[in-house]
Amino acid sequence: MRNPFRSEADAFRFVWLTIGYFALIFVGSLINVWVGVAVFVVVTVVALWWLLKRGEREAPVKQTPAASPPGEYRILVVANETVGGPELLSEIRERSAGRGAKVLVVCPALNSPLRHWVSDEDDARAFAQARLDQSLASMRAAAVDASGEIGDGDPIQAIEDAVRTFRPDELIISTHPAGRSHWLERGVVEKARERFDLPVTHVVVDLDQS
Amino acid sequence: MSAHAEAHEHHGPPPIHYSSRVSPSVLGMFLFIGSEIMLFGAFFTVYFFDRVVNKPFGGHWPPDGFHRPVFVAGINTLILVTSSATMHWADTSIKKGNRAGMQAGLVLTLCLGTTFLITQVIEYHRIGFATKDTSFASTFFGLTGLHGAHVFVGLTILLVMTIRAFRGHFSPEHHHGVEIGGIYWHFVDVMWIVVYVTVYLL
Repeated sequence: MRNPFRSEADAFRFVWLTIGYFALIFVGSLINVWVGVAVFVVVTVVALWWLLKRGEREAPVKQTPAASPPGEYRILVVANETVGGPELLSEIRERSAGRGAKVLVVCPALNSPLRHWVSDEDDARAFAQARLDQSLASMRAAAVDASGEIGDGDPIQAIEDAVRTFRPDELIISTHPAGRSHWLERGVVEKARERFDLPVTHVVVDLDQS
Repeated sequence: MSAHAEAHEHHGPPPIHYSSRVSPSVLGMFLFIGSEIMLFGAFFTVYFFDRVVNKPFGGHWPPDGFHRPVFVAGINTLILVTSSATMHWADTSIKKGNRAGMQAGLVLTLCLGTTFLITQVIEYHRIGFATKDTSFASTFFGLTGLHGAHVFVGLTILLVMTIRAFRGHFSPEHHHGVEIGGIYWHFVDVMWIVVYVTVYLL
């Protein structure tokens, strides 16, 4: 649901919606108390339904990241279980070769919904950190200037956080093959292309083949 | 050196973690509105409790001998709704680079808000009952007074915004002060509509 007080214009629109909402209830109550109650229930349900549906229809705002520092090329890599995959390492080496590129690897701390809601993220972050450490070691062994951090469990949110702070020139998303990847099922790559004004490369890592 | 090792060598407060899923400004506004809804909700709960508990005994609401200034409060509602429109005019003006429009909008909003508050104070003096006269009077003054306090805070914010506007602050690119002040003012307006309908009309 979209926050009705996100901007002054939204808040002003909300003032008029409030007037309309209470005007209907008042008119209903003039007829009869129970008509007023019925109008209140119906209008409230309709208003909530409309707010929720409107939120679903809204396309995300395309974000253009700030430019990276002059003379520097920055690559943002988002991967979790596939972070140590050879296909990903090979893609990163290829893209960073001859550019003196800086690479930031973000590992979203994947967690179960229950653990997320009870803020039990310690294990998820520890597993992600272990994978990240291993992956960074192999990248540095391959002479890639890489650093890393743990991101939000939602990969799109993790990308957004990193885009704000790292200011990348391009984005690489690594996933399992189709049919085994939750990220592909949730359309993470498409959403990233839709939301971020960056070249997005999708790397498929098949850990069973590696 | 791994990120893990870097984290261990870091001194001072931990680095900011950005994964709250909503931007800080939106989260802040959500929390603020949430706290305000709880505050007004507590007052409305007392009001409706009083109304439900007392009405069956007396049969009338408000109790006999109490008269709510519905007409004057209605005029005041129009004044406040108009002030929301002038506030919106001020905000859209600065977004378009129209500084005079922003200044006029802010001055008008300030005048209308002050008129609302003065009218409310005058009405309090003429209303004919005081906070100590029954629970209806207490809840009436509690709710309208709580809203009046919010209007006073809003006017203070508006005054600062207006002074800044006349001192050359704000531009089409930088008008966060007008935007946030405007959101607060509209929120105050929304709350008044709720107070007016529930306390004066229903």
